[in-house]
Amino acid sequence: MTSVRKSQLNRRPWLSTILLYLGVAMMLFPFVWMILSSFKTKADVYAYPPRWIPSTWSWDNYQKVFDTIPFLRYYWNSIFTSVVQTFLQVALSITAGYALTRIEFPGSGLYRRLMQSSMFVPAVVTMIPLYLTVASLRLIDTYAGIILPQIETAFLTMLLMSFFASIPDDLVDSANIDGCGYYRVLTNVIVPNSSGAIATATLFAFLGNWKSYTWPLIITNNTYYRTLPIGMKYLVQESSSEYQVMMAASVMAILPILITFMFTEKQLVRSVTLTGMK
Amino acid sequence: MSLSARKIQIGRKTYRLNAVLVGWSLLLPSLAFMIFIFVIPLVQVISLSFSNFSMITGTGANIGLRNYRYLLNNDRFWNAMFNTVKYAAFKLTVDTTLALLIAVMLDRNIPGKRFLRASYFSPVVVPVVASSLIWIWFYDPSVGPFNQILSFLGLPTSRWLYHENTALLSILIFSVWKGVGYNMILFLSGLQNIPDSYLEAARMDGATEMKVFFKIKLPLLRPITSFIIMMGVINSFKVFTEINVMTPDGGPLGSTTLIVNYIYDQAFTSGRMGRASAAALLLFVVIFLLTELQRAINAKKHVDLV
Repeated sequence: MTSVRKSQLNRRPWLSTILLYLGVAMMLFPFVWMILSSFKTKADVYAYPPRWIPSTWSWDNYQKVFDTIPFLRYYWNSIFTSVVQTFLQVALSITAGYALTRIEFPGSGLYRRLMQSSMFVPAVVTMIPLYLTVASLRLIDTYAGIILPQIETAFLTMLLMSFFASIPDDLVDSANIDGCGYYRVLTNVIVPNSSGAIATATLFAFLGNWKSYTWPLIITNNTYYRTLPIGMKYLVQESSSEYQVMMAASVMAILPILITFMFTEKQLVRSVTLTGMK
Repeated sequence: MSLSARKIQIGRKTYRLNAVLVGWSLLLPSLAFMIFIFVIPLVQVISLSFSNFSMITGTGANIGLRNYRYLLNNDRFWNAMFNTVKYAAFKLTVDTTLALLIAVMLDRNIPGKRFLRASYFSPVVVPVVASSLIWIWFYDPSVGPFNQILSFLGLPTSRWLYHENTALLSILIFSVWKGVGYNMILFLSGLQNIPDSYLEAARMDGATEMKVFFKIKLPLLRPITSFIIMMGVINSFKVFTEINVMTPDGGPLGSTTLIVNYIYDQAFTSGRMGRASAAALLLFVVIFLLTELQRAINAKKHVDLV
């Protein structure tokens, strides 16, 4: 019996290994292409036979991105709106999640049901009236107009609730005996004991906000308030399809995310499997 | 008697007054957002869908069911619905099969497993617009690497995003690249949760790997598979970004116009807020029915098992 087991463990599945590495080459090819091409000259792009490696390595395309569009402005808009949105979403989810799991009060069940049903309704359903409301409040082309309608908290609240519920009652009870009220229990027991979960939730919320596309697209007309994804969409027209310039912009938009991902891959993957969250 | 010990009775239950006050004060900010960005718009969209409200004139009147009647008899609306169904069917089949295949292979003694897992997952975290730009170049008929490789190999080239027969397929290939790692992760965690003893017992009895997969792994993965299929269908009905970036005008002959793109066009290009609201509600009905159907199927399977 042990021999069967041993041979199972020792035998490398070579066919699977080869297929998986071939597959990964295809998955990573676009990123490699993007980085290499961001250094190409226009002549390289139109060369035939195709040139895979740039003939000279220059930062011209990066310079061109800044000359063609207010890229730093877009970058700042994305950072600012994503950070504020993430902060609000996480703060609201912590307080609501705590109240819903640890405090008994009338109406909590009703809110829970409201939250669940809100997750079934696609964003496009509420988008049109929301746009009209924001327009009538004269919030088009403002940060408030971008940020406030995107403060959805249902998913994050549910995620944090599952963690808060798993904190042992004893911890809360002993804090109560020490004279902690509800607010002190939240700040001194609940938050410190679920810091890992809160960090993961924050990361997830941030990545989602960073990619956010549809709402910023409809709510910004003025280039001054465009976020990075919107600015990049218009770059296709504004750079008159100069691919090497588009690649330089993509590198700058993607690289920070890929680096963050490399360092947090384990937590991200775990929370995907826990929640099926996207 | 201190405030915190005072009780109040609501309905049949008694609550501590302090708990009620604290609970509501903590929930209030979330509730306010929920009301302003979900409850009120949901009521408004229903009433909008019965009006001919136009963004251009800024006015509208009640026109009853006319928007719905228009949409249900409109070719462009049905074209968008049909495209979405095609998209969902292709995406589900290819994406789910590939994700399962990769997960099964990764769930073995593979060198560099963590690197592989992270690499397959990486397109998921990257902003869609940025990766779409790369693929727009890939699909360029003259200077795109796809056609260059095809013509180098002496194979026929394609017009990819610029021909009505291949445009939606091109976007689907991109979507599979972008999304396969996500489902792969879900399958992989499911496979890792299968107790080794089940698999070993079957192998002891002489079952081939093929048999182990079909008789043990696949049935045990069923909850995950049905979750992936359900989310896949729902998400296919929400696709917007890659279409809007790669084919901003809806593709050749409207071949890449999915339902959300149709709604966006009606609302924000033509300014027909009433008609767009009706289309959005029809989309919601479709998604609702699909989730209910999925739930019913799952419930039935459950009964069968018991």
